[in-house]
Amino acid sequence: MDFTLAELLVTACAEVWRGDPEWLATGITPIPRLGASLAKRSFNPGLMITDAENMFLEEPAPLGPREGSPTVEGWAPYARTFDNLWGGRRHALVAPVQIDRFGQTNISAIGDHAHPKASLLGARGFPGNSVHHPNSYFIAGHNRRALVEGEVDFVCSAGYNPARWLGGKQPARLELRRIVTNLCVMDFGGPGHAVRLVSLHPGVPIEEVRDNTGFDVLLPEGAIPSTPAPSAEALDIIRRLDPHDIRATILKGDPPGVRAH
Amino acid sequence: MLDKRMSVDAIVDQLADGMTIAIGGWATRRKPMALIRAIARSSLKDLTIVSYGGPDVGMLAASGKIARLIFAFVSLDHIPIEPHFKAARQAGLPMWEMDEGMLHWGLRASAMHLPFLPTRIGGGTSISDAPELRTIVSPYDDGETLLAMPAIRPDVALLHVHRSDEKGNVLTLSSDPFFDELMARASERTFVTAERIVATEDLGLPGNARYHLVERPLITGVAEAPFGAHPTSAAPDYQLDLRHLRAYAAAADSADAWDAYRRTHIEVDPDAYLAAVGGADAIRALPVAVY
Repeated sequence: MDFTLAELLVTACAEVWRGDPEWLATGITPIPRLGASLAKRSFNPGLMITDAENMFLEEPAPLGPREGSPTVEGWAPYARTFDNLWGGRRHALVAPVQIDRFGQTNISAIGDHAHPKASLLGARGFPGNSVHHPNSYFIAGHNRRALVEGEVDFVCSAGYNPARWLGGKQPARLELRRIVTNLCVMDFGGPGHAVRLVSLHPGVPIEEVRDNTGFDVLLPEGAIPSTPAPSAEALDIIRRLDPHDIRATILKGDPPGVRAH
Repeated sequence: MLDKRMSVDAIVDQLADGMTIAIGGWATRRKPMALIRAIARSSLKDLTIVSYGGPDVGMLAASGKIARLIFAFVSLDHIPIEPHFKAARQAGLPMWEMDEGMLHWGLRASAMHLPFLPTRIGGGTSISDAPELRTIVSPYDDGETLLAMPAIRPDVALLHVHRSDEKGNVLTLSSDPFFDELMARASERTFVTAERIVATEDLGLPGNARYHLVERPLITGVAEAPFGAHPTSAAPDYQLDLRHLRAYAAAADSADAWDAYRRTHIEVDPDAYLAAVGGADAIRALPVAVY
């Protein structure tokens, strides 16, 4: 069955929540959000999901304009969202502009913080998220501007960098799970939480990952797995959750899921 | 009989150069924009602004009012990067950047008259490099090093609410109260604009008790300002005006574009503003934003 790279990425994003307990799944930007929705609709129905504003929904809401809304099952104002995340009951998959070998990320500014070349959003809730609950990251454009050499320009979320830890101790609840990009899936399973390849997307050579990453990526033992294709059931769910095909606008040219040689 | 009613301009007259001002709401929701526009056309200067930022920050920055910004983000949500804020920041606007929850914590410390509250937030990040922050070691057996988030004590909080009586009993009817309550508790004085000022018996209490923001002694003055949050939302009364936010954002494209926006939307009285943005019926008819 044909599928697009965006649909493969949604499926790979959904996998970050496999096996998670009954807690809040937050996916920010369309592909991670579809991933969270897919995880809930297929293999992890206990996940909590919001309307991206301040209500918990019984079922994920489709992206974009829609008739009506799924049944609301709870209230999630920001104050309560903070209390929940400080309690650790959440796994977020967010889309930073930069990430480094420590898993530190940046959404604040590019360049010198006092006189940035490009001002972005600000750190938002990234610092608190990173030291209170598991986090995964999504990068739509895998290149050396996004996966940087050295450190990100302004560290918004904590990573496995002892030089930055308060009192030299790893933050008690720091737990980085996966990085999903348009080329591959990685985790922090190397020695000292070094970044390690989990799978390559179909048709992507390892050299392309190496050439486009500003830091070393360790290889898994044995053959390198291929990122699993979405099942027919998953594709059906994705298409119903994104009836306006917003996912087709995220990656340049909306490439196919299996790269042609 | 307590009567705290005053005009928007009278509230601005209570402000002074160099003040630290907390602004309620969140990004594109329930921002006291009538007050922000009044500040933008005033002679006030050198303000320190504390905000979960949206067009309030952008408009004040573009108007040259901000000496320093205390913030975690500035965004128009549907337009993720606030262009006026972006321009000011890239020009070197002094700022203290932190996490959303640290801002909450700093306001809470002030509300409790504490010097600081301990937190892990900011640890492991560039946020903890800020000269304003110090660490503290837990005095208990764990011995953990924590950040001591200092109290943020604004001189004034400015909030927009749905209903108030003349004594300052205020209701925010939207589904998220944000951190307006903490801003009121943290600040020396709080002024609010209200969609409508009504008789106390018309506040709908106790049915609306969950919407009652804070005890009235914390509210110094209240001004009636219908559509006072526009172009941000004051749902359920009205939704955010995305078309206007786009026009406001486009006004960052050039000095001429900003001058034109200023002339037509800031240097005008409330009736002219309302006419310029399409009138009351058009605002009431704005569709619910899709997220």
